[in-house]
Amino acid sequence: MNRFLVPLAVFIVMVAFLAVGLGLNPREVPSPLINKPAPAFRLPQLHLPDKTFSQQDMKGKVWLLNVWASWCVSCRQEHPVLMELAKSNAVPIYGLNYKDPRDDALAWLKQFGDPYVLSIADRDGRVGIDYGVYGVPETFVIDKEGAIRYKQIGPVTPEALRDKILPLVKALQS
Amino acid sequence: MVPEIGQFALILALLLALAQGVLPIVGAARANSAWVSVARPAAQGQFVFVAIAFGCLAWSFANNDFSVLNVATNSNSQLPLQYRIAATWGSHEGSLLLWVLMLGAWTVAVTVFSRHLPEEMVARVVGVMGLVSVGFLLFLLLTSNPFERLFPAAPDGRDLNPLLQDPGMVIHPPMLYMGYVGFSVAFAFAIAALLGGRLDATWARWSRPWTTLAWCFLTLGIMLGSWWAYYELGWGGWWFWDPVENASFMPWLFGTALIHSLAVTEKRGSFKSWTVLLAICAFSLSLLGTFLVRSGVLTSVHAFATDPKRGIFILAFLTVVIGGSLALFAWRAPRVGLGGKFEPVSRESMLLANNVLLVAAAGSVLLGTLYPLFLDALKLGKISVGPPYFDAVFVPLMTPAVFLMGVGPLARWKEASLPEIAVRLKWALGVSLLTALLLPFVMGRWTPLVAFGLLLGAWIIATSAVALKYRLSRHDGNNLWARLRAQPRSYYGMLLAHCGVAVFIIGVTLVKGYETERDVRMAVGDSVTVGSYAFRFDGVQEVSGPNYGGARGTIDVSRGGRHVKVLHPEKRVYHVQQMPMTEAAIDTGIFGDLYVSLGEPVSGGAWSVRVYHKPFVTWIWGGCIIMALGGLLALCDRRYRVSVRRSEAIVTAGGKKGAGASGAAA
Repeated sequence: MNRFLVPLAVFIVMVAFLAVGLGLNPREVPSPLINKPAPAFRLPQLHLPDKTFSQQDMKGKVWLLNVWASWCVSCRQEHPVLMELAKSNAVPIYGLNYKDPRDDALAWLKQFGDPYVLSIADRDGRVGIDYGVYGVPETFVIDKEGAIRYKQIGPVTPEALRDKILPLVKALQS
Repeated sequence: MVPEIGQFALILALLLALAQGVLPIVGAARANSAWVSVARPAAQGQFVFVAIAFGCLAWSFANNDFSVLNVATNSNSQLPLQYRIAATWGSHEGSLLLWVLMLGAWTVAVTVFSRHLPEEMVARVVGVMGLVSVGFLLFLLLTSNPFERLFPAAPDGRDLNPLLQDPGMVIHPPMLYMGYVGFSVAFAFAIAALLGGRLDATWARWSRPWTTLAWCFLTLGIMLGSWWAYYELGWGGWWFWDPVENASFMPWLFGTALIHSLAVTEKRGSFKSWTVLLAICAFSLSLLGTFLVRSGVLTSVHAFATDPKRGIFILAFLTVVIGGSLALFAWRAPRVGLGGKFEPVSRESMLLANNVLLVAAAGSVLLGTLYPLFLDALKLGKISVGPPYFDAVFVPLMTPAVFLMGVGPLARWKEASLPEIAVRLKWALGVSLLTALLLPFVMGRWTPLVAFGLLLGAWIIATSAVALKYRLSRHDGNNLWARLRAQPRSYYGMLLAHCGVAVFIIGVTLVKGYETERDVRMAVGDSVTVGSYAFRFDGVQEVSGPNYGGARGTIDVSRGGRHVKVLHPEKRVYHVQQMPMTEAAIDTGIFGDLYVSLGEPVSGGAWSVRVYHKPFVTWIWGGCIIMALGGLLALCDRRYRVSVRRSEAIVTAGGKKGAGASGAAA
């Protein structure tokens, strides 16, 4: 082969990789928790601090755990999507209120609406650490056996809901 | 109204760029002098319209026109005026417009300073630059229109990213882009030479000053970015091997190789196809850098909003430009011929070895940058490659390069004698070994790495001194001053740039070897000792700026009981984006920096505080500035000025007789 063609050949290989790379999302980090049991917790409920809630209570049901906070701007962005989802009754949504003062959280729900069956208060972020939360919002799909099946990093978009979350929920429920 | 004028100007610029890209190149191929003569006016006209567009965007920013989407997302009425203007290039769209503006400026510079070049060469160079401009203008107009309107207009803007609200950030991107885009001139010269089949010493001589100037800008641009990261990010680091930093570093390495290779091509006529390849690669990597930043293929702190449509456009553009030029290279370069022969021990072979090392270094940076992407594309998992890889690869590659840097200037062209060089360099070696052995003890602690770094730095300086001494001894004349003045400035430029590398290496070595860092919780009145300095925390006050509020700490620094300085690190929260920002307080000195940054407030009025003592850290950037000054000094060399003046005389003389005179000037 002509040695003057070598740079061109190298470049063509690189372009092929870059083209494939365009379709990938570098921010999408696989969670080590996928297909593992959801980490155990027992936390006070946001509205009724005397009562607690645990992932144990949801055995036998498919549900979403949505990590949110009043200080989180992206949560506002995904909020209408969650409200729609809650209205459709397709799947129960539970909120993990992450590192948030109680009054702020309650005021936020009052202002924007409450899509959650209930929210639990993770004031110091311990449970968040167990779940590997590194940015709010995040959403977990948890199956009947209590295993995490999917993790949405960042806001739940209508596309993610339609293409990934709802089909998965339907499959898990049947 | 003004944004529409801007958009219209962009469209006109695109049409002129098309004319500039097509007519002169076709004209040069068909010897149609009317078409060839389109090059200059088209390029200048295109620049005027791009400048109008840029001015319109800057006007919209300065006047808070929040009906322009770009302004609404990147500015705010509370933003001070200088940052509103800087916000013009703070966004994806605006920075691309700046790119095109600079491409236009470089092209106009070529049209002005090319009167001594043959017309068809100028036509090809300007034409190639016009084609590059077409690509970028299309990209702007089709995917990233900076003048897109927002209906209804926003009441106020979302503000400029607080990280960018900084004087360093105002000039860093323009400098960097001047460097990136400047390599387009060397690229255009190389393509023009391939098209015209004229690859010789004159081509190298024309390319050299442009390449050196672009390299100076790139050096300063990278330096500013590094300095900005140092004082603005609050970690005290100055280089992170972030993909975007790498994207600017790779063209720099190729550009450095290109400068040296061009010297050989000009002086000896060798390395011709290699030099062309380097010119193509330097600019290709500038384009690739743009792609990496804009397409969202890699994660980076610098990444702009990602949009797959844009990624696909840039990739297609890259394929056409780089693929096309490499294909042209494969087609035309084999006919170029080899040029002057040289022996294995000669300045040529040393420069070639240095070139190979620089390119290998750039290749390993490219590999490290793209490796995560390769693995991901092959579904082998996600990883990130960090400083350990780059440090491990880079030092072994650069060590022989630095060694050769000392030997090269002393070696003769064509054939050199090793024993002769060894005799000349024995003193330099002795001095640098001695420095490496003794200086660390003076600094307080001897470690192999520090000694090694100092050896490299001292080697460059000592060998430069020896080279200068031998060069002077070959000149007649008793007066030292007269002999010093007899040397060309390009020679001093080279020595100065090499010494800049030495200063840089010494800075890096001493910072890595002797920096001390404490991360402590401090209540009011607490003290911490770092190095020989005592830092006393005197509490925090509220502050408010034009578009931010925050806390300002007071830290009293003393040394041996004597007061040295009061430092005021700040923690700011910018109102609109609610983004906390750390403003480190730095006491800069030539022998070291004291660096304090505020972390988070902890209980009881105490704060977490980061305190660093960084000896000789400013040498890192000082070294870069010296390198760039060396480049500028070489640009002031007499032969460039003389050749311009001489050709001007010929043009005025030949103007009456008609064309043909400019060829004689070459």
